[in-house]
Amino acid sequence: MVNYIWVFMTIIGIVFALFNGTIEAVNKAVFDGAKEAVTLCIGLISVLVFWLGMMRIAEESGLLEKLTKLFRPLVKRLFPEVPPNHPAMGYILSNMISNMFGLGNAATPLGIKAMEELKKLNGGKNSASRSMITFLAINTASITIIPTTVIAIRMTYHSVSPTEIVVPTIITTILSAIGAVLIDRYFYYRRRKG
Amino acid sequence: MALISYVSLTFIPLLIGLILLYGTYKQVPTYESFVEGGKEGIKIAVSIIPFLVGMMVAISVFRASGALDAVTNLLRPLMNAIGVPPEIVPLLFIRPISGTAALGMTSDLIANYGPDSFIGRLASVLQGSTDTTFYVLTVYFGAVGIKKMGDALKVGLLADLVGIIISIIVVAVLFGTN
Repeated sequence: MVNYIWVFMTIIGIVFALFNGTIEAVNKAVFDGAKEAVTLCIGLISVLVFWLGMMRIAEESGLLEKLTKLFRPLVKRLFPEVPPNHPAMGYILSNMISNMFGLGNAATPLGIKAMEELKKLNGGKNSASRSMITFLAINTASITIIPTTVIAIRMTYHSVSPTEIVVPTIITTILSAIGAVLIDRYFYYRRRKG
Repeated sequence: MALISYVSLTFIPLLIGLILLYGTYKQVPTYESFVEGGKEGIKIAVSIIPFLVGMMVAISVFRASGALDAVTNLLRPLMNAIGVPPEIVPLLFIRPISGTAALGMTSDLIANYGPDSFIGRLASVLQGSTDTTFYVLTVYFGAVGIKKMGDALKVGLLADLVGIIISIIVVAVLFGTN
């Protein structure tokens, strides 16, 4: 899908420029866009290095694990079909905590592990179980506490207050996660009825 | 509003303090762990360069040609009616599809309209608070061989829509629409 969007934007841009007389601007845009992207990535290095370094300490000290325990009672309620001491629960929790702290790279393998366990719970069938859909809903709503990358971008473009979006992001993320769970529940009850 | 800024401002330093104190208390070699973890950050930043170059060139071309203005002008009456800046529309479409593509668009919006504008803040919150539904669906279901996704896609996309609406409301209420 992203392939089509990518080609579509570029081709439409070029064709539009031919008729619009903006081909010179488009020429310049190719190289400016590329340069801008690299500059941006260089700017991201500082925040990513610092934050992933911090998170390594949190991981090794067991702080992340502690948080996992803290959220267990709440998450148990979201997955009534998963036994509380099943490994699936552990992976689901670690995945959510990693996502919360912006550790997308750590979250993905944990999420896949969680899916594997959920599939086992579902008797190895190749259709999505109720718990899998709930897990995906929460995951796509992605509960975030520190939007590190966004803060870095805001810093790069000289925001007066790069971190002012932290609280709004937390509020939004919590509300949309609640929304996701409600939508998930709605579809679940509709399936059961139908 | 002052309170929100204050909490936003103090949250990260407090978290850093907590991580360092707890690490020391648990006798983690803090500095060495930090360095080890940090190395991963360099890898990530470098590995996203091609994604961002590809996407930002496409967006720049689309913008410079005048096509973006044409599209936003077309959408303006409709979007204004529901209180959404039309400039943000491309981001709304790409956010559920590709994370790095959305990152490129968010950067582009922040660069062009300023990080402290309504559009800049909205793009920031949107980028931080929703994830790429299609990516999560393909990666997670694909990895364990789930063929029948059931309601997963519908649920994911509806959740995204709710997330977008909430972002707009939260940013408008907390910062105003300037």
